[in-house]
Amino acid sequence: MLLQIAEPGQSAAPHQHKLAAGIDLGTTNSLVATVRSGEAKTLVNSQGRDMLPSVVRYTADSVVVGDAAMASAVNDAENTIVSVKRLMGKGYNETLALKDKVPYQLIDQQGLVAINTVQGVKNPVEVSAEILATLANTASETLGGELNGVVITVPAYFDDAQRQATKDAAKLAGLNVMRLLNEPTAAALAYGLDSGQEGVIAVYDLGGGTFDISILRLRRGVFEVLATGGDSALGGDDFDHAIVGYLQQCTGEAELSHQAMRQYLTTARSIKEQLTDSDTVNFSLPVAGRQFNGTLSKTEFEQLVAPLVKKTIRACRQVLRDAGLTSAEIVKVVMVGGSTRVPLVRTEVATFFATEPLTSIDPDKVVAIGAAIQANVLVGNKADGDTLLLDVIPLSLGLETMGGLTEKIIPRNTVIPVARAQEFTTFKDGQTAMALHVVQGERELVEDCRSLARFELRGIPPLPAGGAHIRVTFQVDADGLLSVTAQEKSTGVQANIQVKPSYGLSDDQVATMLKGSMQYARQDMQLRLLREQQVEAERVLEAVSQALKADAALLSAQELTNINQALTTLAEVKQGDDTAAIKAAIEHTNTLTDDFAARRMDQSIRSALTGHNVDEV
Amino acid sequence: MNYFQLFNLPAKFDLDLTELGSRYLKLQKQFHPDQHSSGSERDKLLAVQQTANINDAYHSLKQPLMRAEHLLALRGLKISHEQRSFTDPVFLMQQMELREQLAEIEQSGDPDAVIDTIERQLQQQKKHLLQQLATALDSETAEQDQLAADLIRKLKFFFKLQQELELIEQQLQD
Repeated sequence: MLLQIAEPGQSAAPHQHKLAAGIDLGTTNSLVATVRSGEAKTLVNSQGRDMLPSVVRYTADSVVVGDAAMASAVNDAENTIVSVKRLMGKGYNETLALKDKVPYQLIDQQGLVAINTVQGVKNPVEVSAEILATLANTASETLGGELNGVVITVPAYFDDAQRQATKDAAKLAGLNVMRLLNEPTAAALAYGLDSGQEGVIAVYDLGGGTFDISILRLRRGVFEVLATGGDSALGGDDFDHAIVGYLQQCTGEAELSHQAMRQYLTTARSIKEQLTDSDTVNFSLPVAGRQFNGTLSKTEFEQLVAPLVKKTIRACRQVLRDAGLTSAEIVKVVMVGGSTRVPLVRTEVATFFATEPLTSIDPDKVVAIGAAIQANVLVGNKADGDTLLLDVIPLSLGLETMGGLTEKIIPRNTVIPVARAQEFTTFKDGQTAMALHVVQGERELVEDCRSLARFELRGIPPLPAGGAHIRVTFQVDADGLLSVTAQEKSTGVQANIQVKPSYGLSDDQVATMLKGSMQYARQDMQLRLLREQQVEAERVLEAVSQALKADAALLSAQELTNINQALTTLAEVKQGDDTAAIKAAIEHTNTLTDDFAARRMDQSIRSALTGHNVDEV
Repeated sequence: MNYFQLFNLPAKFDLDLTELGSRYLKLQKQFHPDQHSSGSERDKLLAVQQTANINDAYHSLKQPLMRAEHLLALRGLKISHEQRSFTDPVFLMQQMELREQLAEIEQSGDPDAVIDTIERQLQQQKKHLLQQLATALDSETAEQDQLAADLIRKLKFFFKLQQELELIEQQLQD
């Protein structure tokens, strides 16, 4: 356990450029971006497109992702999965409202939602993994190598289950996730608002099918999500449908066939896009064997969509109220999502917030670009000690107590990572197990919050009632993901924790999926595990060597000899192909360096605070 | 864990919050998991634990009540969570009066004015108690520490009233 300590402004291995990408895993479209020659740019696939429709089609023996999958959305709708993001981390019961809206068949897989396809049952994690793998492939091909790490964006309001599902999908796709980043934070990063800007900013995100508004506070490098709101059923698609309604009035066609509907929608989209720069647009549609020619003016279009835009402004007002702010307190507004190109949207937003919104970065790409910037920093390419992104937990974590009430353990907007401990006692003589129910949300009643997981503590030493004191520690990491540990205090016995995620996959399930996935069938699973341990061994070797170079003085001669011996062994074992032996050698090295790490940490805290070099302390 | 030690600041109630903030950020820059995302698994875990500690310490020292509690805990005095009954009749009377005022806000002709008045009272009382608390904690005697513990309990009542007042204000706005 050796914390590698790099001075701010220098990375541990400065000369090695690593490959990193930012991924915007969207409901409608997904993108991948990277920083090259100091500039963040989205990457195009072999068809020259950077926007990948978030659509996956399963046939009996293949998987198709993106434009090709979208092309079959009509004729093979039941095997073509669109908007899978809406299903991530959800229980089957929670998706009943979507059941009639999606053309594919949702089924109950042990309480979780899954999709029945011609290739068998697929869960949302597997579907998302296909999208991620496709994007990663685009990046690897463009950059000429395997990605060292990625940053994936998630909506700010995503709870633990949804974040975990996203991370599982990345794991399944064989990606190393350095960080899950909130979408609005990514957009703010793309505009460089992390440096210099202080104050409250709004991120207005109008996508194809969803509208999100987030209020962030930027203070000394801390990104704090103050409030999020929006409408999960409002987006640019609704604009298109409003135009289709107008077109139908013009042509007099009240009922449209599937095919005619597609044609009308295509025409509507084209009109909408053209009206961004022109005042009137001519269109032509076939009606009963002849062509109907008409026009739509910008003013008419704005009348059509004005009610929809008003709805988003109402949501903005609501979210400001939630944050306890007025529109005058917003210093910057960032525009995200293709629909923010509509001039009316821009003017209404500008009027409401009384400030001209930021639009210089393509609103379809801004989230991916922000993710790429952060990925570049995290992978260690950027020698920038000033970048520090502190995030907060978006929803409170609590425990179920007597009477179905929640007791908050970690309140929302607490800066993460965070750890909080809570003590419990047994209420029966000889009690050896205890059940805990963790929920996420702001409401008083458990049933109004989201169930995250049920934990069973086992192996509590049998003592009289009230005799055993169990200290349960809830830890939330930088991605907003929860882990739980428990210990009986008087005996120090570590209680076993059995995690039953309410709406997620257990570690075992993920492992099984990994083994079963196409991704890994092609490779040798054993080889993959070996490679993972070898990479980990390299990291440990590098970390310890660097530490010894800097601080060998903190060790006794004997300790130094032992550690050096362990390093030699580790380096030797690493060359071989015995995965278990490598793992054991890593653990041995870690154990031997525990104290060393602690000493270095203390020293480093002191030197950070006094501002002196280590030698001067 | 001694939070003052972590930030290398004197264990005093009167704390330079600006200095605390800048030390907090310095430590975050050193230990935040983002700075160790290409480290070994153990390094990453260590980084998460260390920053969780730093966050907790900062959070506790930033707020006067939690800071006072931590200071007392370091001196071996733990404030129990269960409500100890108060023997101070003046304080109890005052609490009851304030509660009545809160209950009557909605019925009053000018709720905003009433809220303002109560708010001012609460602020004044809090300020007063916090000053007493600072003095008590500074003397560092067992007797004064007990007094400080009592003051903390009283302050908790006022913070709770403050919360309730904010809630009422919010409900009125909606």
